[in-house]
Amino acid sequence: MKRFATLFNTIDQSTKTNVKVAALAEYFGDATDADRLWTIALFSGRRPKRAVTTTRLREWAAEVAGIPLWLFEDSYAVVGDLAETIALVLPPNPSGDDRSLTHWITELRGLADLSEPERKAFVLAAWEALGGTERFLFNKLITGGFRVGISQKLMTRALARATGKPETELAHRLMGNWHPDDTTWHALIEAADASADASRPYPFYLAYALEEGPEGLGDTGAWRAEWKWDGIRGQLILRDGDYYVWSRGEELMTDRFPELARAIDHMPSGTVLDGELLVWLPGAAAPASFNALQARIGRKTVPKKLLAEAPVVLHAYDLLEWQGTDIRHRPFAERRALLEAACADLPADAPIRLSPQIPFHSWDALAAQRSAAREAQAEGLMLKRADSPYLAGRKKGDWWKWKLDPLTIDAVMIYAQSGSGRRANLFTDFTFAVWNGNELVPFTKAYSGLTDAEFRQITAWVRKNTLERFGPVRKVTPHHVFEIAFEGIQPSPRHKSGVALRFPRIKRWRQDKPLQEANTLDDLNEMLRQYG
Amino acid sequence: MARTKVLTFTEKGIYCPASDFYIDPWRPVDRALITHGHADHARSGMGSYLATHAALPVMRHRLGDIRAEGIAFGETRRIGGADVSFHPAGHVPGSAQIRVALGGEVWVVSGDYKLVDDGFSEPFAPVKCDHFITESTFGLPVFRWMPQRDVAGQINSWWASCAAAGKTAFLGAYALGKAQRLLSMLDPEIGPILTHGAVEATNAVLRKQGLSLPATIHANDEVDPKQHPGAIVVSPPSALGSKWARRFGPQESAFASGWMALRGVRRRRAGDRGFVISDHADWSGLLSAITETGAENIYVTHGYTDVFTRYLNENGWQAQVIPTQFEGEPPESGDAE
Repeated sequence: MKRFATLFNTIDQSTKTNVKVAALAEYFGDATDADRLWTIALFSGRRPKRAVTTTRLREWAAEVAGIPLWLFEDSYAVVGDLAETIALVLPPNPSGDDRSLTHWITELRGLADLSEPERKAFVLAAWEALGGTERFLFNKLITGGFRVGISQKLMTRALARATGKPETELAHRLMGNWHPDDTTWHALIEAADASADASRPYPFYLAYALEEGPEGLGDTGAWRAEWKWDGIRGQLILRDGDYYVWSRGEELMTDRFPELARAIDHMPSGTVLDGELLVWLPGAAAPASFNALQARIGRKTVPKKLLAEAPVVLHAYDLLEWQGTDIRHRPFAERRALLEAACADLPADAPIRLSPQIPFHSWDALAAQRSAAREAQAEGLMLKRADSPYLAGRKKGDWWKWKLDPLTIDAVMIYAQSGSGRRANLFTDFTFAVWNGNELVPFTKAYSGLTDAEFRQITAWVRKNTLERFGPVRKVTPHHVFEIAFEGIQPSPRHKSGVALRFPRIKRWRQDKPLQEANTLDDLNEMLRQYG
Repeated sequence: MARTKVLTFTEKGIYCPASDFYIDPWRPVDRALITHGHADHARSGMGSYLATHAALPVMRHRLGDIRAEGIAFGETRRIGGADVSFHPAGHVPGSAQIRVALGGEVWVVSGDYKLVDDGFSEPFAPVKCDHFITESTFGLPVFRWMPQRDVAGQINSWWASCAAAGKTAFLGAYALGKAQRLLSMLDPEIGPILTHGAVEATNAVLRKQGLSLPATIHANDEVDPKQHPGAIVVSPPSALGSKWARRFGPQESAFASGWMALRGVRRRRAGDRGFVISDHADWSGLLSAITETGAENIYVTHGYTDVFTRYLNENGWQAQVIPTQFEGEPPESGDAE
């Protein structure tokens, strides 16, 4: 585990991409096949089957540390990471243990067959044998979630350097449903036929946000526009008579969308579509709001009633594979023409629909279309260069998302709570209120949007202006006004204010604005009437 | 018979009603007794100041022309009816715990303290008392400091690796106390030691009062970085990555603070390295300090006050949280300590 810990520390301590890639490439060049396969797996969110519950881990750690469980829990709330909290509360130990990453993973897998006292004995012995980073990493093998700032992009770059294979090919090999238990380094990275797995998706191409207007993009003729839907990006794969649905987060969601099975009746095998999953009721002019879709995402199996109430349709906007051939390198306009032809004869009740393009002749005309996006239940527009290939990952230049400006409201901070992990010693989680007569009514929480310097400033202020404490939450003097941005607003009987916001965040700190000039509940209700 | 308490907690700070003085007040008062010179404990605007001889030069440097008197460690002074004495807190040079004895009862205000002997500040000395007022900046069991020589080893080997790679090593730390402690831990064999103006100004004050620091070069505008290959530069955290720092060319930056124990905070700093070192007591340090006082009544003024107080109450002490305006080790060690 020492070699893996050294790699982890190098990556974790550095903010420089080239340092991380170089360290990974060196590791991939000389680690054992088993260790490097597991390293790819761990850094892409795969982990050994959990052999010990986190509840037991907490109890055992508190016991070994000689502290009450509540104190462990309170510490965890500050640290924000269970594996790290455990590593920190246990007695320090300079590790001399030199067993490999794969050794520990194999041992952990063996735990499934053991009794609980035997599991406990194993975990306690491991904690005693391992120190520092290795102990933290051992805990991570159990709890999962190696957030180490290694994107798939960096990992494929490092693998490309170590193996001499092209990045795009490696990116494709790493996609999908593989697990180290069922494959080998050779089969995953080196073997000739990488597409043997019918479910394997292509890496998604992601757009950057267009911060200023589109005028800088040049001639309108080179561009295509379409709605940017407020749904879930999905890839629908039809191969060998089966269908697979992948989310952008590389999660296989096939079982959650059984209605998409009928896609097989309408499209030939050897087709891969990129599109947006939306709840769209038969005959409706626009998709239902994201809330309706949310009810579907949460369910692994879908009851009939929900299927009828919230039917999901894939709105296809790109074609990645056609007749079993990868066509991502062909220009968007060509892929789109094939897609349109493939969708031409779809009946109205098919679970696939063509996401329309929006014709335009000038940027001004397009801007006018964009301003109507909210009525179409869209977040704005997508702009795609007609000659662009379908790339992997987030790339600048050919694809842009041109979102609507968010809705905003000026609100008063009334509660503050300290963050955890990165923000362990700062107040970062705030509750905001609007005026209802002389009363302040809370309506949303927001966490992100301020700079670290602003968080430090507000933290110092909160410490001096606490009125009451409720556990970790502090009620503060109503004084500071913040502009809150959000993407949508919905009625919500669960909230005191009667509304729920979508993606609320702090846009800026209105130090210029007096408390009395914050918005009112009436203002919120007016927004609800207009956009809800 | 109801008796007036020896010390009370007021809007202006910790107060002794019998003798009409305040300890580390945060609003202007006539008479202030000061534990140490950091900004959240020694503020401007007091009618008079009393602090240890070793704490005064830094206070004068920070607060300018103040009416202040010095006192030796261990010397007892009668103020009103109370016997007052100052005892080493080990936090920074000159930092004190203030003992107040009145009518047979002993109270101790510890300000900020650490138990580790940093070889630089007067080492912490436990004082027996009935009532102990403590900080809890790092009052969670996840905070546990390594021996200072181990941290020194880490810092020096990082510096040496920067030097070998042709980079300047920038080490960020609070300019008053922490920076000098770090300077005293550096191995001058590795290369030249440069300082930011704010650090050098405090160096001058502390050298003048007899503290020994390694030779340093003030990195002002006239200093040519090329003349000092393999250097380490000790600066306030706010100067890391600044225009002033960038003229040194290829560089790595590190930050030294107790908060660096948490991976999340280390990552937020976005520097190359984080070294875990603090002038505050860690979890076991707090508990052993409290145990050694023999006090039954504990007042927790700043830090993880709620959690720490609950733990003390469950383990036989009478503890309570006292809201104050002390800040402990601030998130980025930028403003006060």
